[in-house]
Amino acid sequence: MRIDGKGLVDRSKRVIFSFDGQSVEGFAGDTVASALLANDVKLVARSFKYHRPRGVMGAGSEEANALVTVGRGAAQDPNVRATVQEVFDGLEVHSQNRWPSLEFDILAANDFVSPFLGAGFYYKTFMWPKAFWEKIYEPVIRRAAGLGALSKQHNPDSYERAFAFCDLLVIGAGPSGLMAALTAGRAGADVILADEDALMGGRLNGDGGEVDGMSGAAWAAQAVAELASLPNVRLMPRTAVTGAYDQGTYGALERVSHHLGNAGGRPKECFWRIVAKRSILCAGAIERPIAFENNDRPGIMTASAVRTYVNRYGVAPGKAVTVFTNNDSGHQTARELIAAGVHVAMVVDSRRDAPESGDYPLVKGAEVCNAGGRKALESITYRAMSGEEKVATDCLAVSGGWNPTVHLTCHMNGRPVWREDIQSFVPVAGMIPGMDTAGACQGTFSTHGALSEGAAAAGTALAALGLAAGAAEVPVAEDTPYRLSPLWAVGGHGRAWLDFQNDVTVKDVKQAAKENFRSVEHMKRYTTQGMSPDQGKNSNIGALAVLADATGRGIPETGTTTYRPPFVPVSIAAMGAGAQGAGFAPQRFTTSHTASVAAGAPMIEAGLWYRPSYFPAAGETTWRQSCDREVNMVRQAVGICDVSTLGKIDIQGPDAAEFLDFVYTNMFSTLKVGRVRYGLMLREDGTVMDDGTTARWGQDHFVMTTTTAAAGPVMRHLEYVAQCLRPELDVSLMSTTEQWAQFAVTGPKSRELLNTLVDQEIDGESFPFMACGEISVSGVKGRLFRISFSGEHAYEIAVPARYGESLYRQMVAKAEALGGGAYGMEALNVLRIEKGFITHSEIHGRTTAFDIGMGRMVSAKKDCVGKTMSERPGLNGDEREQLVGLKPLGPVKQLTAGAHLFEAGADPTRENAQGYTTSVGFSPTLESFLGLAFLRNGRARHGEEVMMVDHLRGVSTRCEVCDPVFFDPEGGRVRG
Amino acid sequence: MRITCPVCGERDRREFYYVGDAVALQRPDPDASDVVWDDYVHNRDNPAGVTRDLWYHEGGCGAWIVVTRNTITHEVLGTELASDVKEASA
Repeated sequence: MRIDGKGLVDRSKRVIFSFDGQSVEGFAGDTVASALLANDVKLVARSFKYHRPRGVMGAGSEEANALVTVGRGAAQDPNVRATVQEVFDGLEVHSQNRWPSLEFDILAANDFVSPFLGAGFYYKTFMWPKAFWEKIYEPVIRRAAGLGALSKQHNPDSYERAFAFCDLLVIGAGPSGLMAALTAGRAGADVILADEDALMGGRLNGDGGEVDGMSGAAWAAQAVAELASLPNVRLMPRTAVTGAYDQGTYGALERVSHHLGNAGGRPKECFWRIVAKRSILCAGAIERPIAFENNDRPGIMTASAVRTYVNRYGVAPGKAVTVFTNNDSGHQTARELIAAGVHVAMVVDSRRDAPESGDYPLVKGAEVCNAGGRKALESITYRAMSGEEKVATDCLAVSGGWNPTVHLTCHMNGRPVWREDIQSFVPVAGMIPGMDTAGACQGTFSTHGALSEGAAAAGTALAALGLAAGAAEVPVAEDTPYRLSPLWAVGGHGRAWLDFQNDVTVKDVKQAAKENFRSVEHMKRYTTQGMSPDQGKNSNIGALAVLADATGRGIPETGTTTYRPPFVPVSIAAMGAGAQGAGFAPQRFTTSHTASVAAGAPMIEAGLWYRPSYFPAAGETTWRQSCDREVNMVRQAVGICDVSTLGKIDIQGPDAAEFLDFVYTNMFSTLKVGRVRYGLMLREDGTVMDDGTTARWGQDHFVMTTTTAAAGPVMRHLEYVAQCLRPELDVSLMSTTEQWAQFAVTGPKSRELLNTLVDQEIDGESFPFMACGEISVSGVKGRLFRISFSGEHAYEIAVPARYGESLYRQMVAKAEALGGGAYGMEALNVLRIEKGFITHSEIHGRTTAFDIGMGRMVSAKKDCVGKTMSERPGLNGDEREQLVGLKPLGPVKQLTAGAHLFEAGADPTRENAQGYTTSVGFSPTLESFLGLAFLRNGRARHGEEVMMVDHLRGVSTRCEVCDPVFFDPEGGRVRG
Repeated sequence: MRITCPVCGERDRREFYYVGDAVALQRPDPDASDVVWDDYVHNRDNPAGVTRDLWYHEGGCGAWIVVTRNTITHEVLGTELASDVKEASA
């Protein structure tokens, strides 16, 4: 219920949201948790494994119990912490992991068979029959255990990623963080202050103390206002820094519009990469629970969370509150409850020397050992020297001490050290280069300590940044010492919870120790403690203390598990922002793209490029009809094909020829100006990397083409050779792929077509096979190469890209007038298979020049990349699978790519495989399927019969092995 | 991770393409023994400590860079243009 006159929520702004369909009223500034508590809703969730009733346990991002689903349908977010989700009008919240309802959950039966469900139960029980695991056991277990569920629909929300840079990143805006940001901001540093809460101030907003004579919350608000007025300070509320990475890089998750009913076009979340020269961690500390029987009952909360609900939200979490503590924090809670007018029924302090610090019943040297009530706390039982006593209560505030939030300091392999006096792990200086720590995260728990350490850490950072810090005036605040006596778990027979989120109890940890899972990392994996969405923020230290006790070791000797990013759960959608669907993936379009699409061509991806598959003509209903027609058209008349996607690299310099001699297996220094040569490139390990033609444009100027797929890798390789292997060569490289639109003009009528376009007619003398030179088209200077990938008389014409579309449209129109037209990738592929030309289907990274029949292209006269290794034993000879052609022989005419080859009559098993097919197609020219394949010792086996077996598609075809050049082996047509 | 390109300055590692040990700069003589070539092409140390790698500033100026870094601490100790390193060793 609300406490009149308390809290920082805006009582003038009512907010109505729903919880499991019931309308709930809250105020602006409430979280779902505070609004539910204000309405006396205690039962909020069901636990992971036993479906135990659970309520709100904390007030921050570490919340282990109150996980809810927000929204519905495709946009629903599961496992949202009710303590973090701000309320707004129309917000829809649902409880999780229950059926049919939160109040009546059938699977709560698990709780009554719990003796069988302890750690290791599944591992030991569902061993056999083996086949049952996947089909029966796992699905049933998964249905029974769990938290929220995904909608399994496409997420319609938008997410973003962004980079930010600053001098100083201050992580956490509690007293130390605000003081650090103020000190650095006033000194002129470029500061980012990030805090996961919507309202900056940390514990200053949750606690009742004073700073500089005003309430802590008022001081925080004043500090935030000053920071907001500084142009060199950026405030990032609702932003959890999730990880510390190399060279001052930090990950951070900003909840941009989770708190808004109408996002107004803003993304739901933004994942930031913040690059900071220095950082100060002011992450505070998390209060730890104490394990005792039934300590997970709704109404049992951390003592600091109770204070937060009273002071920040003006909510009394109970009518008769009890406190269980081993340190002074519990007493502070009792005093602040009484000051707010809430009845404190009893304080149970485990210390015999507990201070008498307020007007409330106090039992010293006692421990709470049980809790009554199932769906809401009704009573506690404490055990004192005199025996056990039961106290009626509806809220128990527990404090087992504080765990400094050291997580980020450990993200680069550092390990925190144990401080006996505060019974906590604290960071060691230098665990993250450039990061200082201040306040509670390094074990300083007083407000004064936090403020002064924040100022001091800012001074250190400013000095490192070369900035002068002004005189820091640390405000006046409480500086009470922190006194506690360790208490992790109260003895007893029943189940006492350590990890609330994964339902791990003290018994489970002891069981792990008994079964010799003594290492903390083994215990964690055996019991699943710390493996839930909260990553054990509430339970890790308690669990390892219990393990230390069970194994007779000390806590520092037992050690912590590894802290890994992210500090809070980060949705995959936020990390993958920009990659949803097509996302930011670049698309590359040729200048003929629009014309191809308009002609009805289906476009297929080639790397980032899109290329036309085929151009359907009227009446054609299958791709094969179009492809066959286009092949015939090229062989009989003329075809136009956009080949701009092939890589084009401009190579210039006095040593360009020597450079190419080193890059290619064959000679280029002997190539005459105005001529083109086919070249083969190897990787240094001797396998083929790429092939293509290179034209000598001038004495010191070459124009190289690469395959479409390898354009990037080849550019990288050439730069590598130029910079890393042969920096003495004077050569410059430039990719010009995008600058030139290039089209193949292919077929017996290709020259006839070109001569209607070019300003000066060409003939066989001016442009013989493998010639190149400048031409002009309507006054536009272009390049002409007489090269062919089809075996036909053919050219490639290149013009600056801005003229590409116009030239393409003109050429297609002229081709059509000559009985030809545009052709696509399918026809291009058939044309090259008919000629036995290779692509990356053949030079797929495992084949050598020898394998593809180009062994003689590796020049003996010079060194080149890959030459030495290509001569290794095993890369040449009869044992190699060599490129051959295949033609079907029997009644089955179909060939398929990726099928395996066997000797006729051999069993088609792996051991008998003789090779495989790489490219196949139906040749309308030869009226047969044709295939390119690699066959063991294949060049010596022309004329032999082999069996092609495609186990996947169920095709078996008798084939004749032949030369890979099926059509016009003499090459008469290309010279035509 | 941040890498300082000697040409462009400090940049995010996403601008770079990683290739491996900078031993690649020391290409053996074509007539060197099989063992030497095998070492050069296939064998790499995997040090816990200081290592020298080749990175390519593919999303930037196109420079190949020798990055000296510590595989334990992830500290980047220095960057040099690969062409400078190669020419200095020639």
